[in-house]
Amino acid sequence: MPSSVALTVSRYRPERESEPTFQTYEIPFRKDWVVLDALNHVKDSLDGSLSFRWSCRMGVCGSCGMKVNGTPKLTCATFLADYVPGPIRVEPLDYFPVVRDLVVDLTDFMRKLKQVKPWIIRKEEKAPGDGEYLQTPDQLDTYKQFSMCINCMLCYSACPIYGLEPSFIGPAAIALAQRYNMDSRDEGAAERLKILSEHDGIWQCTFVGECTKVCPKHVDPAGAIQQYKLTGATNWVKSLLLPWSTR
Amino acid sequence: MDLFTCDVLVVGGGGAGLRAAIAVAETHPKLRVSVISKVYPMRSHTVSAEGGAAAVIKAEDSLDEHAYDTISGGDWLTDQDAVEAFVREAPEEMLRLEHWGCPWSREPDGHIAVRPFGGMKIERTWFAADKTGFHLLHTLFQTTLKYQAIERFDEFFVTKLLVDEGRCQGVVAIELSTGQIRTIIAKAVILCTGGCGKVFPFTTNANIKNGDGMALAYRAGAPLKDMEFVQYHPTGLPFTGILITEAARAEGGWLLNKDGYRYLQDYDLGKPTPKPVLRSMELGPRDRLSQCFVKEQEKGRTLEGPYGHYVHLDIRHLGEKLIDRKIPFVRELCLKYVGIDPVKEMIPVRPVVHYMMGGIHTDIHGATPVRGLYAAGEAACVSINGANRLGSNSLTEILVFGARAGRAAAAFAAEQAGASSSLAAQAGDEQRRLEEGFLRKNGGSERIAMLRAEMHQIMEESAGIYRTETALKEATGKLKRLQERFQDLSLDDHSHTFNTELTAALELSYMLDVAQTILHSALERRESRGSHQRTDYPQRDDERFLAHSLAYRAEDDSPRIEYRPVTITRWPPGKRVYGR
Repeated sequence: MPSSVALTVSRYRPERESEPTFQTYEIPFRKDWVVLDALNHVKDSLDGSLSFRWSCRMGVCGSCGMKVNGTPKLTCATFLADYVPGPIRVEPLDYFPVVRDLVVDLTDFMRKLKQVKPWIIRKEEKAPGDGEYLQTPDQLDTYKQFSMCINCMLCYSACPIYGLEPSFIGPAAIALAQRYNMDSRDEGAAERLKILSEHDGIWQCTFVGECTKVCPKHVDPAGAIQQYKLTGATNWVKSLLLPWSTR
Repeated sequence: MDLFTCDVLVVGGGGAGLRAAIAVAETHPKLRVSVISKVYPMRSHTVSAEGGAAAVIKAEDSLDEHAYDTISGGDWLTDQDAVEAFVREAPEEMLRLEHWGCPWSREPDGHIAVRPFGGMKIERTWFAADKTGFHLLHTLFQTTLKYQAIERFDEFFVTKLLVDEGRCQGVVAIELSTGQIRTIIAKAVILCTGGCGKVFPFTTNANIKNGDGMALAYRAGAPLKDMEFVQYHPTGLPFTGILITEAARAEGGWLLNKDGYRYLQDYDLGKPTPKPVLRSMELGPRDRLSQCFVKEQEKGRTLEGPYGHYVHLDIRHLGEKLIDRKIPFVRELCLKYVGIDPVKEMIPVRPVVHYMMGGIHTDIHGATPVRGLYAAGEAACVSINGANRLGSNSLTEILVFGARAGRAAAAFAAEQAGASSSLAAQAGDEQRRLEEGFLRKNGGSERIAMLRAEMHQIMEESAGIYRTETALKEATGKLKRLQERFQDLSLDDHSHTFNTELTAALELSYMLDVAQTILHSALERRESRGSHQRTDYPQRDDERFLAHSLAYRAEDDSPRIEYRPVTITRWPPGKRVYGR
């Protein structure tokens, strides 16, 4: 194992440069270190001006998504040892505006998340005093996978459709819409389908499956989109044949 | 300077803050409520909670049992009126969360499933596999999106509370994306900023847990209560400090020393049985288990690795199927971060700083002594946790007391007229402090990382699991010098756009203040109780210390410690008994 490794980091400081540049730091190699540890080493000891987001360092808060050697990764779960002898190139996620260095602007996703109504929709709500909505373990299993999304944005960064068409509502938001659609407590699927159809989002997905490949939590957004397309297509055909049924 | 006004301002977008915001929106739909947070809400540290949330739901359980477990678990330093309200309102809060979509694990018939947990006599811990905090946070966050009245300021870093005429009326904050300094005027402010684990070097806490709200309240004149009570969780992974949930032991995991011996049996925690027994052995309370580790280390019966001493958590006998169904995150974390599969190998663990029982002093409605200022969650001390929190009470606490603080703050805000005229001047002063003290400041010779490392060392050496007068006294002086050296800080980054060096500096100053209150409170409490163990005063002393410590910021910036009595309703102080 080497004693040090070169970490090449994308820098962008809008107050002093118009284009991103690369800066290389020589950092000690430790086999327990993840890429995020290396970035923190830079910030603490070499250059306090490097900016990036991070928080939990255990792969669940979703803050530290970046590209490592071209692939979207959670840097707190990506070990230096897998990239030796280096160099290791760290860049901000693709397809998002860069705010500063490795920090990208998430405004677009936050808007899209709200659009898909990711909450339980019911005609009648039970009072808490009346007890829980029953849900068997099997019913839980039907949507559980889609509920594991940590909003880390790796899937957007990997999605070629989102890269070409920023209006595409995107893998994570669709997976979360599907998470509620498939929840036995929810009655909002029709409402959400309308929103997704309006944004002609899902039709653009060519099922490349890159989103599912990079997902660190095995959410399988591509699967969610596929399911959605089927429901969407069925409803569309129904609306042609039986126009009154969707009212 | 831009000025924004709202009715209720919630600082912090974790579980407590989001629950508070919903409570405002539901009880006073005409009020405008804003959530301001230095991170996007779904990044908040609630996300890392694993094991579960306690609430009485099963027929064989009772509110009194939950109250007694909580009170004895807290070594009688809990306020019993607060505990009674807590256990009473817990089931409804948890059901509300179920109705909002939280994917709770279920019984085969569709009812909520519960699991055992440390220090609890009856199974009452609701869980969503072992990602309970993650699901709870995302459910709450996604639910807030449906309320039009809730507005958010994501990635705004609060630097000061605006207090005038004895009333908190807003905050000054840095908008991280632009570096602009903003003033937000509010009729009531609720601090839900979480804990301060990062004052210690080895912690399960996320990078963002710097005691921001505690320091803000303390500087604004509110006292910090019971700050000497720091919870060490017995099972953290060496090096990373990543938490291995108590659920691993609740499902039947064993703690073994280097000889493969279940050492807890030597410390008055009961006899080892193959199946877990409630309030016994591995299901004892966290303070006791972490203390046993130190004793075991002193006897030379722990193992030693590159990151210090450790013992083994053995869950192999639970089998792959149960592990994957009930505690899959344990396996995921071990595979990823230790490179071992707990289905086949034992997990190395050691005690790790996990939770602050202490926090901003509030009454049972979340109100602090500063009018218009409220607090809830780990940032607050209400107090239901006393000298030691039981696992799975904190997630429930953020719901019950987040909602309570939200309702109380809304009622208060609804009765307030306009803001004082002097707030703009105060905000101007704060802007100058930030610009001149940090962004435009030249020179300085101290580095953030260096001061932080020294603070870590001071805290670990003096305020760890066992404490002494000498070490604490020396530590307060050392920390005071660090606070002075902070004035000579040098920054590399003077830009406005997403300046994380500036926020790290401000976080360090918060941590130094909070650390000082921990040391002084620990120094003054000359007894041993719960998580506060003084080797020079090994006994609990109810005569002198059945009381909450209150740390006020004194004129010279050092803490002044006062006491207030503990509220006892129905459970007179008794002996904590586990395993028999």
